[in-house]
Amino acid sequence: MITQEKQIGTQIDQNDSSNAIIDIKDLRKSFGDNHVLNGFNMKLFKGENLVVMGKSGSGKSVMIKCLVGLMKPDSGQIRVMGKDIIELDQEELDTLRADIGFLFQGSALYDSMTVRENLEFPMRRHKDKLGEISDTTPYVLEALESVGLEHTMDLMPEELSGGMKRRVALARAIILRPKIIFYDEPTSGLDPITSKEIIGLMRNIQKKYGTSSLIITHDVDCARVISERMILLVDGINYAEGTFEELIKSEDSKVQAFFKK
Amino acid sequence: MARSLQAISRIKMFFAEVGELAYFAGRFFKVGFKPPFEFKEFLRQCYNMGNRSLVLVLVTGFIIGLVLTLQSRPTLIEFGAVSWMPNMVGISIVRELGPVITALVCAGRIASGIGAELGSMRVTEQIDAMEVSGTNPFKYLVVTRIMATTLMLPILVILGDAVALYGSALVENFKGNVSFQLYFNTVFDALSYGDLIPATIKSFFFGFAIGLVGCFKGYYSKKGTAGVGTAANTAVVFTSMLLFIIDFVAVFISDIFYEL
Repeated sequence: MITQEKQIGTQIDQNDSSNAIIDIKDLRKSFGDNHVLNGFNMKLFKGENLVVMGKSGSGKSVMIKCLVGLMKPDSGQIRVMGKDIIELDQEELDTLRADIGFLFQGSALYDSMTVRENLEFPMRRHKDKLGEISDTTPYVLEALESVGLEHTMDLMPEELSGGMKRRVALARAIILRPKIIFYDEPTSGLDPITSKEIIGLMRNIQKKYGTSSLIITHDVDCARVISERMILLVDGINYAEGTFEELIKSEDSKVQAFFKK
Repeated sequence: MARSLQAISRIKMFFAEVGELAYFAGRFFKVGFKPPFEFKEFLRQCYNMGNRSLVLVLVTGFIIGLVLTLQSRPTLIEFGAVSWMPNMVGISIVRELGPVITALVCAGRIASGIGAELGSMRVTEQIDAMEVSGTNPFKYLVVTRIMATTLMLPILVILGDAVALYGSALVENFKGNVSFQLYFNTVFDALSYGDLIPATIKSFFFGFAIGLVGCFKGYYSKKGTAGVGTAANTAVVFTSMLLFIIDFVAVFISDIFYEL
């Protein structure tokens, strides 16, 4: 089944740098004496599902926050869709963010807003991206239908289960039809069945919208099903890189530690 | 020795925090008056803060008016000065007790609420989500809340003062057979613009302080869910202290004007 999925996935020429939608070079970030990222390098190609795996505290979330400009790295270069994130001013960064969807670890739905308002929120700033919109309802409905939750439009986040919240957050991530989606631990805190549902939705969304996905996880099952390529983040560097099958066969003890149950 | 070092470190931390708060206030003035303005959120915050605190402010004001009159009556009777009751109560409530007590009640209600709300939003990455979606969270969350508290507190103070005077009038009506009309006529005769204007200006600063500290503590909340509780708690403590400092400065300045 995994092999089948890999055949369906986009063929990627990894030597072609121009095809890279994200290009990270020598990224470094420290918090005091704690050197979290020590020269991390990464390329994400168009239409690709790239999984970055690492232990808790290995700097996965720091890396993804640097990617969207939520955190400034100490040094290094981050190019997203050809633009250097670090050099952009706030206005340019906000414009670029319209092409990026972000699924947060804990869903991060706005508690004081209904599901509909949560989905409409990114549209306030990026109305122009979707053209002239007089009514946001069709967009909200379409995004909710993509995650099978069209009936929850007027509910508050507190009325939703953990899995439903994650799906609504996914709908919010795709409402602006982004080119890239970042998933920060998409299955953490969910039961195995709901996790499978979320992974299924992630694959459907990639097929439907043709997005590139960067998935940060330590869930081996999620990585096995969704990844086309994987990077193992150890001690702040990309320690190992390859397909799931290549990495699971590795005899390196640090790589093996990721796959032992 | 260790204790002295600990005390020095605490003092340093306190002044560092004061500096950060000043920087936060500076950011408010820098960002707050630049478009786009979040009017809808500002109005929602005004409604929430006014609505949530109104009953508490009214009940507190009413009881303060009642108690102040009941406690002062025996002493004033002793000196044959009970007819001065409306003047004394009116001036003390309008100048000092009304603004300070309303502000303290709101510090407990609003500053802790803002601290907890923004703290929880920080911890659950809602603030990050807002930023990623292209909305400036400082403008949307902080500026609207500080503006709402700055505007709503003087309104709450006026309502609190009115109810406190009504409570006082009620006691005078029952115990001293003073009609409501006579009571309020005496109060208004005793009050001047010199009493009303400094008190109102002071209330704006109180409102600003409540919003500023609540937002500051919540916005930079750390250490997970425990940090949310700390943010709410320290927001109240810090705001209360700041209110008394502002009150002292305001009284000091208005006193200079009285002497001129």
